Amino acid sequence: MRLTLDRPIAYVAIVAVCAVMVFPFVWMLSSSLKPFSEIFAGTTFLPEHPTLANYQSLFQQNNAVLKLWNSFYIATVATAISVFLCSLGGYAFAKFRFPGRGLLFSLMLASMALPFAVVMVPLFVMMRNVFHWIDTPWPLIIPGAANAFGIFFMRQYMLSVPDEMLDAARVDGASEFGIFWRIVLPTSIPGLISLSIIFFMSSWNNFLWPLAILHSDSAQTVPVMLNSLQGPPGRTAFDVLMAGSVVSVLPMLALFLVLQRRLVAGITSGAIKG
Amino acid sequence: MLGQVRRRVRQPPQQPLAAGEVTSDDDLALPTHAWRQALWRGRWPLIFISPFFILFAVFNVYPIAFSFWLSLHDWPGLGPMDFVGLTNYVELSHDTIFWNSMLNAALLFLIYVPVMTFLAVVIAAVLNSRFLKLQGLWRALIFVPNITSMVAAGYTFRLILDKDSGALNHALVLVHVSAVPWLDDVWWARISLGLLMVWAWLGYNTVLMLGGLQTIPPELVEAAKVDGATTIQAFRRITIPLLRPMIVFSVTISIIGTFSMFTEPYILTRGGPIRATETPVYQIFTTTFQDLRFGYAAAESYVYFAIIVAVTLFQFWSISRRDPVR
Repeated sequence: MRLTLDRPIAYVAIVAVCAVMVFPFVWMLSSSLKPFSEIFAGTTFLPEHPTLANYQSLFQQNNAVLKLWNSFYIATVATAISVFLCSLGGYAFAKFRFPGRGLLFSLMLASMALPFAVVMVPLFVMMRNVFHWIDTPWPLIIPGAANAFGIFFMRQYMLSVPDEMLDAARVDGASEFGIFWRIVLPTSIPGLISLSIIFFMSSWNNFLWPLAILHSDSAQTVPVMLNSLQGPPGRTAFDVLMAGSVVSVLPMLALFLVLQRRLVAGITSGAIKG
Repeated sequence: MLGQVRRRVRQPPQQPLAAGEVTSDDDLALPTHAWRQALWRGRWPLIFISPFFILFAVFNVYPIAFSFWLSLHDWPGLGPMDFVGLTNYVELSHDTIFWNSMLNAALLFLIYVPVMTFLAVVIAAVLNSRFLKLQGLWRALIFVPNITSMVAAGYTFRLILDKDSGALNHALVLVHVSAVPWLDDVWWARISLGLLMVWAWLGYNTVLMLGGLQTIPPELVEAAKVDGATTIQAFRRITIPLLRPMIVFSVTISIIGTFSMFTEPYILTRGGPIRATETPVYQIFTTTFQDLRFGYAAAESYVYFAIIVAVTLFQFWSISRRDPVR
């Protein structure tokens, strides 16, 4: 009796929750195919007069291809550099003992609790007045290139690399960097993939720091472009904005569909082992 | 999995020593020449971790120090800096707009975190039950908002929650409930922001809870049921206490997450109506880039930092007090 009641309730609950989760995506897509007036008439669920004009305007007037490229370029370079440096650091903390290790490790973990907003103002001043990096990708790539989360993540993963393998390589005369590059990295590929997705997605969706750094139209990433489509109250081009939203979400959806398991595994392992 | 976790927590990894290792972890009593030797032996791991510490020094430690210097000045971002001593901090101490943003963050936390945590635990329990089919599909659908650009999601929510043409009010009117001023009323705007947060972060927290649940041996719950406990009783008395560390972890990151919110209010409500959804980071951002008061924004950052540290320490303290074993 208990079981027969549990099951339908569970299914109804889970379907309801999923419907709520998916609804904004449906609304986003449906609105992106509506003419402006129809969006604010708000009377229809599906577009009455479906049109691709919003997408046309997005790509022709707002140069969306360039902004997609900016986002893609920054996310790719940032991910590649970060994953490399974080693996290197994670390997050192997982497989070596050295003077000050405990202290340095604690310091690194503590730095994770530092919210970005605390350094945003001085960092902006540095980027503009010292480095002259406004409107360049570098502020979005370099400061976070070796971060505590990634190092901790890779350390957890690399704890399970067998020491015998590393020692055997040392006996064979491999250099320490060679051991890392040719043995440790290839055995950590699932972890590298998880971390890469996490970094790529967070860079792609990042908004606050790009908004502070990227001022000129041609340097914008996709989220900054979407924000710039907002006009004064009542004048925001929500039709084009929704088309842009769909375009910004689609690549992440595709990535998620392909690599969902690795992403979820990454989130769980980081939390449980930590 | 639990066994693995225990092993990692209780015993420091016992690897055979190799090049670049010393026998004791932090042997601060070593004489100088031995230290130098130890450093030389440990050069490879030190080189490997150096990028983090160099970047940390240049892009975190130095800016934090510089920020204090900045907070003692009036400065519009360019030109000469005007030294004003602690004036910025004095002004900040009775700046109702700034403290209002702190209060907003606290209110938002109270509005959405309990609901979200409760839902995450329940949904994770449902997803974890053996009879449920298509577990991966449900999990993916619940998680998908978390990978969505918050800017895109925020604008979509603005359309859905629009007072006159929004889908939600249309649905409410259809079932004969009066329309709600989702984004145009002080309290409803906060609730709307909470809705957006729950939508975006429920999946993430559910995945965390699911990971926690999977470390609990199902035999425990089954034994309780054999002894006559109902599903709900077993859940409350056995599952929840065992899940507690994960719940604490999830609430901890939600505190920092809520006080660091920027994109959500910036896109959904622009801080309004009447500053009801301005958050501390929103405040720091507008002080810097709209008011061009860099010194004052630096002071705000410092006070914000102090509060985050205080809240985090308080949380650690209250956890360790309730849970002396840990």
